[in-house]
Amino acid sequence: MRTPGLLSLIILAEVAGAVVPARAAEIPQSDRRSGYDSMSPETRAMQDDDSANPATFWVLDGEALWNQKAGEANRACADCHGDARDSMKGVAARYPAFYAARSRPIDLEQRINICRSEKQKAPAFAPESKELLALTAFVGRQSRGMPIAISIDRMVEFLDAGRSLFQRRQGQLNLSCSQCHDDNWGKILAGNTIPQAHPTGYPIYRLEWQGLGSLQRRLRNCMIGMRADPYEFGSPEHVALELYLMWRARGMKMETPGVRP
Amino acid sequence: MTRALVNIPKQAKRGETIEIKTLLSHPMETGYRRDTMGRAVPRDIINRFVCSYNGVEVFRADLFPAIAANPFITFYTVATESGELKLSWTGDDGETRTETATITVA
Repeated sequence: MRTPGLLSLIILAEVAGAVVPARAAEIPQSDRRSGYDSMSPETRAMQDDDSANPATFWVLDGEALWNQKAGEANRACADCHGDARDSMKGVAARYPAFYAARSRPIDLEQRINICRSEKQKAPAFAPESKELLALTAFVGRQSRGMPIAISIDRMVEFLDAGRSLFQRRQGQLNLSCSQCHDDNWGKILAGNTIPQAHPTGYPIYRLEWQGLGSLQRRLRNCMIGMRADPYEFGSPEHVALELYLMWRARGMKMETPGVRP
Repeated sequence: MTRALVNIPKQAKRGETIEIKTLLSHPMETGYRRDTMGRAVPRDIINRFVCSYNGVEVFRADLFPAIAANPFITFYTVATESGELKLSWTGDDGETRTETATITVA
């Protein structure tokens, strides 16, 4: 009769495990810092200087796309929105935003693709395509230095959904986003400083990627790291997480396009 | 489209050391990777960078497959006279991409 003894031992261990680690609360606003702060001086210099920041290539391509006529409507972004330096100022700092026609929030990439398919009558760009990243980086660049200003008007339930996804344990490693980014930021994981996960610079040029990538690509990286099944690009779960992360970083300055190691 | 970003001071004092920063958009494909079908992706890198100052070579670099995409090369030279800096990147395909910048030395 050894089995019941072993079983009760396991149960005891699980109960003890559940009691010991106290979950930290959300990071107080005054303690928040961008991943920029834990980067090397060389990487910071790369982000700060447009002629050294490789994401500039995407921004320039995005500017060309902005002025290029497309689709059956034969219209360019600029034909409706004019000069992006004025019309797109601060826009990326407000996304994800509530989209009444779908009764849910959409992120900047989805907003661009809605414009493209409905106004330009052109095929939508694929997720992570060069064109979509370029336009997102170009629009995002116009908000650089501006504070993130998410309005959660009509979006409280989506914000709560994003928060619960952030705090929910998932994957084979049974980790939540929150365990690393709320409870253990600043410590070292696999040789790297764990950041607080504020999406201030997306789309980012990640040196590891040797290219530009969206916040969703980054989130999928984390989920694969937790050995969880990553959400699809453009899924409601991703947008809810993006919404929660942007709200969590409200008031912090946009760095788009950021450079990260 | 290949783009190049070059940051060179427009003006300098004679004898001053100037910093030249260059960034080229290029995939720097190593030749060691395979695509999703298992086929080898052919090597395609920039293998040579040369900077000449009024026709005189002042800086040269050989590049290799271990260098990351979008190579960023910075170096220094001494501003000797007004004129033209010519920067050229040569790829495995034999094509050369050239950028020029003028500098006024007082």
